[in-house]
Amino acid sequence: MNKVENNKAWFLVLPMLVLVSFSAVIPLMTVVNYSIQDILGNSAFFVGTEWFEKTLNDPDLQGALLRQFAFSFTILAIEVPLGIAIALLMPKKGWQASAVLILVILPLLVPWNVVGSMWQIFTRGDIGLMGYGINALGYDYSITSNATDAWVTIILMDVWHWTPLIALLCYSGLRAIPEAYYQAARIDRASNWAVFRYIQLPKLTNVLVIGVLLRFMHSFMIYAEPFVLTGGGPGSSTTFLSQSLTSMAIGQQDLGPSAAFSIIYFLIILAVSYVFYIAIMNMQKDKVNTQGGA
Amino acid sequence: MAEITLSSLAHTYETNPSSPEDYAIRKMDHVWHQGGAYALLGPSGCGKSTMLNIISGLLQPSEGDVIFDSRIVNDLSPEERNIAQVFQFPVVYDTMTVFENLAFPLRNIKTPAHKIAPRVHEVAEILELTSVLKRKAKNLNADEKQKVSMGRGLVRDDVSAILFDEPLTVIDPQLKWKLRRKLKQIHEQFNITMIYVTHDQLEASTFAEKIAVMYEGKMVQFGSPRELFERPAHTFVGFFIGSPGMNFLEVAITDSGAQYGDIAIPINPHQHAIAKASDSGNIKLGIRPEFVHVWDDRNDEAFEVNVKDVEDLGTYRIMSFYFGDSLLRARLHEDQRVPQKKAYVSFPEQWLTLYIDEYRVEVGNE
Ligand SMILES: Nc1ncnc2c1ncn2[C@@H]1O[C@H](COP(=O)(O)OP(=O)(O)O)[C@@H](O)[C@H]1O
Ligand SMILES: [Mg+2]
Repeated sequence: MNKVENNKAWFLVLPMLVLVSFSAVIPLMTVVNYSIQDILGNSAFFVGTEWFEKTLNDPDLQGALLRQFAFSFTILAIEVPLGIAIALLMPKKGWQASAVLILVILPLLVPWNVVGSMWQIFTRGDIGLMGYGINALGYDYSITSNATDAWVTIILMDVWHWTPLIALLCYSGLRAIPEAYYQAARIDRASNWAVFRYIQLPKLTNVLVIGVLLRFMHSFMIYAEPFVLTGGGPGSSTTFLSQSLTSMAIGQQDLGPSAAFSIIYFLIILAVSYVFYIAIMNMQKDKVNTQGGA
Repeated sequence: MAEITLSSLAHTYETNPSSPEDYAIRKMDHVWHQGGAYALLGPSGCGKSTMLNIISGLLQPSEGDVIFDSRIVNDLSPEERNIAQVFQFPVVYDTMTVFENLAFPLRNIKTPAHKIAPRVHEVAEILELTSVLKRKAKNLNADEKQKVSMGRGLVRDDVSAILFDEPLTVIDPQLKWKLRRKLKQIHEQFNITMIYVTHDQLEASTFAEKIAVMYEGKMVQFGSPRELFERPAHTFVGFFIGSPGMNFLEVAITDSGAQYGDIAIPINPHQHAIAKASDSGNIKLGIRPEFVHVWDDRNDEAFEVNVKDVEDLGTYRIMSFYFGDSLLRARLHEDQRVPQKKAYVSFPEQWLTLYIDEYRVEVGNE
């Protein structure tokens, strides 16, 4: 086959490249710049990997990183199955479908800092419904003094806030499955479980990849909600990465280490997302790489 | 294995049907005999899929009964009816291999593993899927996916019937022909009732011994390909079967025969008597282009008509001509003289069919 080489299409990509460079690459380069130099006013000198070493060895940051992973994986482990379950249970048509859809979407419409305030009030022992209710049941519930309570509450808050996103994505994914699949499954006498396992779940893979990546990246950067709800406490038990980073950069004006830390942070998210994506895509490949042979 | 009877069957998707048009299937009785190879032929939207889904149990009919042998199965699920059905667009289980796909219906009825493998290989062999058995179904092309879909329909050998809903629509023509032959072979080998839905008359007549033609929710004729061609029971069959379809003339009945505009057309006395007795305003004469007699020269029997054009289709020609203000067609065989401008045509009485309210009037001597 003879193909005519035509590279004009690259010019069409140009505007996008310019846009991305202003929105992402240039700010990122600034951060890189800060991370390898010591900049104070007009003087700057090269420090190499010093800031990186410093941040990586900082026990506070290590703690925050571990808490961050624990948090992100916990909420994923809850939100993904729960979101799928909700999507499966949502009505498929009629006014009930619209009504339930609106109900499910509601938490997503609440701004992040408002979510924190809402839950802060909700969980107060004196005036909050949840805090008061749990106390009334005889459990001494307090997110300001008990780290477990604080953790459970933050996770609950995140699940409440973001499970709807997964549910919504899955709902649209489920609606896109042609009726013939369900008909064929009935003809093949598939059980309900088999229908879920072999039809619905595989057809949801693509939306779930998007959902999980979004939720991972976003939860990994969570800031406003725990900040408003617990302020990172009690102690540092609910201080997550971005809060550590913010207090370092803004609170202590340590721009060099903060920049180095930002880059590490960015690379972690990139790496985890990449590994996850590759793993999912590999699942769909043939086990044998040849054309078969029975 | 069963004889499938549809008794006073009707179906509508509306909750409050108010007119016959609201019915996807209008009230009908029909018997699909055990072991037959049938085609269900009709234009898109005439109710073919609805009928199949009612037979398989995916859909509950709004009226009437579905009877397998002598048992009413209306309330039985597809599982209990033991029917296989193949759909128009390929349905494969993406995460399974081809082998697992084909084995799936067998595993679901708890077939022992040592019986599954030989059966799957047998079906894979027939459908030429052996080389891809280990691949994931998701990564197959459309043709292969549809073969897998069909394979799942064929893999169970105990089914009451196999229903095919336009299974070859997405398949490349060469393969289409091959697969149709395969299905026919399988039918001859196992003697399973097969109902094959299609909107392609050629597909129907190469597959089936008997064709049911559906039109607007009605089954307008059930017969062999030849019967459909020679004696269309409904104007729609005449129009739909054959290429080009039947010629129709809307006529008035006079004391001496039929009248089209100011042209008198002689018809069979028996037909004439029936038409005369009818008070319908919808009377048509139909004749197939193949049966229009085109004379070389002017004569007493023939009408002189203006030729519009003559289309050469290789082994034969189709001549279009004006009869009154209708455009009719006649088929000329290869070595027949091609008329220029004027032609002389007549309509042999035995091929001239009378339709009252779109239905054929049977003539005594047939
Ligand atoms: N699920 C459905 N809901 C409502 N109307 C339907 C549905 N399926 C089919 N119909 C209608 O019933 C008629 C027959 O459809 P169908 O049986 O699919 O025809 P065919 O298979 O011959 O193309 C069509 O008018 C179609 O619009
Ligand atoms: Mg159809």
